[in-house]
Amino acid sequence: MASLQTKDRSVSIPGFTAEELVSKIGFCEQLKGGVIMDVIDPEQARIAEDAGACAVMALERVPADIRKHGGVARASDPDMIASIQRTVSIPVMAKVRIGHFVEAQMLESMEVDCIDESEVLTPADDEFQIDKRSFKTPFVCGCRDLGEALRRIHEGASMIRTKGEAGTGNVVEAVRHMRTLLSQIRGLRGMDALQLEKKAVEMRVPFDLVAWVAERQKLPVPNFSAGGVATPADAALMMQLGAETVFVGSGIFKSGDPAQRAKAMVRAVAHFNDPKMLVEVSRGLGEAMVGIDINLMPAHERMAGRGV
Amino acid sequence: MASKAGDGDTLPVGVLALQGDFVDHEAALQRHGLCTRQVRTVADLNALGGLVLPGGESTTMLKLLDVDGLWEPLGAVLRSGLPVFATCAGMILLAEQVENPVQRSYALLPITVVRNGYGRQFHSGTFALNSAVLPAGTSGTFIRAPRITRVGMGCDVLASRGDDPVLVQKGPIMAACFHPELQPGSNPVVARFVAAVRKHAMLPAGGA
Repeated sequence: MASLQTKDRSVSIPGFTAEELVSKIGFCEQLKGGVIMDVIDPEQARIAEDAGACAVMALERVPADIRKHGGVARASDPDMIASIQRTVSIPVMAKVRIGHFVEAQMLESMEVDCIDESEVLTPADDEFQIDKRSFKTPFVCGCRDLGEALRRIHEGASMIRTKGEAGTGNVVEAVRHMRTLLSQIRGLRGMDALQLEKKAVEMRVPFDLVAWVAERQKLPVPNFSAGGVATPADAALMMQLGAETVFVGSGIFKSGDPAQRAKAMVRAVAHFNDPKMLVEVSRGLGEAMVGIDINLMPAHERMAGRGV
Repeated sequence: MASKAGDGDTLPVGVLALQGDFVDHEAALQRHGLCTRQVRTVADLNALGGLVLPGGESTTMLKLLDVDGLWEPLGAVLRSGLPVFATCAGMILLAEQVENPVQRSYALLPITVVRNGYGRQFHSGTFALNSAVLPAGTSGTFIRAPRITRVGMGCDVLASRGDDPVLVQKGPIMAACFHPELQPGSNPVVARFVAAVRKHAMLPAGGA
């Protein structure tokens, strides 16, 4: 059993060498304080890089269009991903369906920098997610609460993003998931061994992982935010709530002026604690994407509930 | 931004905090007994005992340095003789020449660097270093690391990975292709920078 140690981190995850863990999680550390943007072609990727994105997520349709068009959403065309890899110098991530480890093997062979096992695509397995420990490529996975986050970390995820509700332009679910995650971490503080054992059983994760989080009061991997971020203020809100980086999906390329909005998002995340700066970056951005009231959305249209 | 932790012997070390692994750098410096300050604005550059340019994405940092009016003020501090430590993207910002693609930089280190010169994340990892100044067995974690392809006059190579220089120094500026800040506990590269900060603080005109 190897131990994971970056700065004061130390948690045992079977099947990993310490070096692999440092380089996988170390990669995710480099993305902190940045904006990761969904793009569907090299032209959008170029706009994202020029705006200062710290990485791009290559996918065939942004979540808003996946919602609109329906059908089964799968991993992207390799040609499209490769053309984006050739276009930009920043990291290129791509999504696979939950549980679809063959899509993940293909992305790894293409040397995608990071794989998102994502609820935005149609799940391929409703019982198991990918065993991410068997990959050299770092994975990011979504969560709505601490149990989901720790199950993904135990499976080998190198970073966690709260899910939010992708493709809605509505930040309410992102806020709910971040608040839930952080309050559940705080809730572990001061618990004795028996209580932590009970929590571990409830969450279906090893005791050591729960004990690590209880003691250090944070996740052992970076904690990013996604799903419904549409404005610079939304991005800063997620950062102030505790996100370390923000994924923006439909919010940029479904808005009136993507290049300007992308730049504003980058500045908003860098200066998330500075209201004067946030005012400055929010001026004259044109129209934000049209949002969806999640309360009016039928349960089966929600993506956040996907995954185990 | 308030300064954090430290023994109070020296001024805080500024860590450029526009994007990247600046929190890891702060933690590493604090483990070595220094206090730190996140640098996001011109005001944050006042009265520093040293300066760190962290890893991250150099393209992102360049955009934010420009748009926020930090490019010139930060350049003045980098040229002031203050101890400077740069890793990965930070090193790219200091290199005389940047390739893959060509991009602007402060050109304070006479080196040529190729961005992502060791390949994509799949090729990242921890590798043994050869060095006359670091303890035997020291290794470095390289993450989509830049590759140094030329070292000019006046620039010392402190460590190599195979035939490639990976830790270089010119005067008060030290830069690494790898990430000592990600290693747990104390680290000889971080310790070398910390010693330079403490020495600088003792100079009559330095420190305060």
